[in-house]
Amino acid sequence: MAAIIKRELGSYFTSPIGYIYLAVFYIFAGIFFYANNLSANIADIEYTFQSLFTIVLFVIPLLTMKLLSDEKRQKTDQALLTSPISLGSIVLGKYFAALIMFALGVLITVVYAFVLSMYATVDWMVVLANLLGLLFMGGALISIGLFISSLTESQIVSAIASFALVLLLYLMDTFLSIIPFDWLKNLLSAISFYSHYTNFTYGIVNLVDIVFFVSMAAIFLFLTIRVIDKRRWS
Amino acid sequence: MIEVIHLSKHYGAKRAVDDISFTVDQGQILGFLGPNGAGKSTTMNIITGYISSTSGTVKIDGVDILEEPIKAKKKIGYLPEQPPLYMDMTVQGYLRFMYELKKVTLPRDKHIDEICQTVKISDVQHRLIKNLSKGYKQRVGLAQALLGNPPVLILDEPTVGLDPQQIIEIRNLIQDLGQKHTVILSSHILPEVQAVCDRVIVISKGKLVADDTPEHLTQSLSHHNLVARVEGEQQQVLQTIRTVPGVKNVEVIKTLEGETADYQIEPQENADIRRELNFALAAKRLALLSLKNEELSLEDVFLELIQNDEAEQTKDADAEQAQGDAGETESPDGQEQPASLNEGETGSAAQEEALPQDENEHLPAGDTPHEEDGPEANPDETDAKKEED
Repeated sequence: MAAIIKRELGSYFTSPIGYIYLAVFYIFAGIFFYANNLSANIADIEYTFQSLFTIVLFVIPLLTMKLLSDEKRQKTDQALLTSPISLGSIVLGKYFAALIMFALGVLITVVYAFVLSMYATVDWMVVLANLLGLLFMGGALISIGLFISSLTESQIVSAIASFALVLLLYLMDTFLSIIPFDWLKNLLSAISFYSHYTNFTYGIVNLVDIVFFVSMAAIFLFLTIRVIDKRRWS
Repeated sequence: MIEVIHLSKHYGAKRAVDDISFTVDQGQILGFLGPNGAGKSTTMNIITGYISSTSGTVKIDGVDILEEPIKAKKKIGYLPEQPPLYMDMTVQGYLRFMYELKKVTLPRDKHIDEICQTVKISDVQHRLIKNLSKGYKQRVGLAQALLGNPPVLILDEPTVGLDPQQIIEIRNLIQDLGQKHTVILSSHILPEVQAVCDRVIVISKGKLVADDTPEHLTQSLSHHNLVARVEGEQQQVLQTIRTVPGVKNVEVIKTLEGETADYQIEPQENADIRRELNFALAAKRLALLSLKNEELSLEDVFLELIQNDEAEQTKDADAEQAQGDAGETESPDGQEQPASLNEGETGSAAQEEALPQDENEHLPAGDTPHEEDGPEANPDETDAKKEED
């Protein structure tokens, strides 16, 4: 697993993807930080984190689009699947590589908190809760992206499908009000990423939200393993 | 060392591999022959655990690839048809990654250096794989398979994309490796199999059609036909040769400049006609310029095996129709083809019509397209081969 994590991280930085991801994330996080905190003279960092929700949704497909699709296209999966290593460690290796890469982007917010702390008192627990929230939500989204990339050989298809799904997750809360069926409304609001994430931004670390994101990640990791395994049997 | 037991792989109705069994002993180099789509790569992919079989098992050194995949995979070095290379890595980075992935315990840098020297890629170690030529990529793929000195090496067309010099080097390398490792290699370059392998397995349409040493295969099917180059008027030469005792059949296979031509002479069994032939021609003042045994190359053997197999499959399908169609399906240059070719052709034509009724279990429906182009393409190949000669 360590070998795969290392290789994937290396590959983010030998291709432009890693740099693009970091650049996009830093630029938008910087803009939001400037607008919400520096320019507005507010020490409360939660607004910045709330705005980051959108950015996170849209940069994650960048990280996951080629994880498995490219292996299949270049036939490098033959090397992985014929090596003495379990399918689970291959998928987890890819997953954690993307998660580490994601965390590299997210960590910029710690710098912002330090900058704020020079001018005002920062509630570090809220910052910590926000970081946790971003990481848990990112973990779930990466797992979904990884799953989508296991379904196709094309990075582009993988990216577009991930973006489409992400867009759906993003707009889901706006759709809720126009859904006439209560049961569907309840179901959709229960799986709303936004509502589970916003709790974290207030500094509330709720077990329900953690369980939600972790189980999302686990379900899609499991499905990814099944997809690859099924391909070997069909 | 490698046991393949009743291996089958079905893709829907198509049987890519159909009940193949064989064993390979330690230190043996086994050649895998078959036309494209015969199931060579599929079989190799199953042996290495890349895909699973529909039924049957593979045991590597007694370890079942399905039951203990990790243990079995540790014993295998695999070079797939397309080397599994990460284009964005350097050769060294890639080999280090594969070294870790395969959990090799030998001292890393020394081991990698040794392998690089063996396959002669030391000078490109720090270059990106995507910038390498195809020959180098192939060798990096081979290096990857050698990591950890696995007892079993599975090489799918290892010499594809190499220049002749490199091919010889790699062949020698494989022969050296064969002393310590058990090797299965597939190839479409047939002299290669002849040169390198102790044993040959021929696969056609997922079925095993022959399993023997390369020498035996050639011998058992050899016709001992003679090829004579004679100067003189063709009709006269043909008549003269026909009068020689022991000659069963003769035909012109190639007309050269002037009145010279090559004649293929099929003697009756075990008859040595060379002296009589020489005297007969000399008496008519027809000059015998050269006389040689027509030895079947493995390529011919191979085509023949496959066609025999097809013919057998379809022979009892319905002999009546085959007879009826025989006249129509003969190709224009039919006379130049060995008998088995015609047999295959008429057989398949007949089988096409028979298929909808009762042949379905004999031959899966998915096979029909191959059935059609197989025998038709083959005569051309044999012709081309003769042209070269």
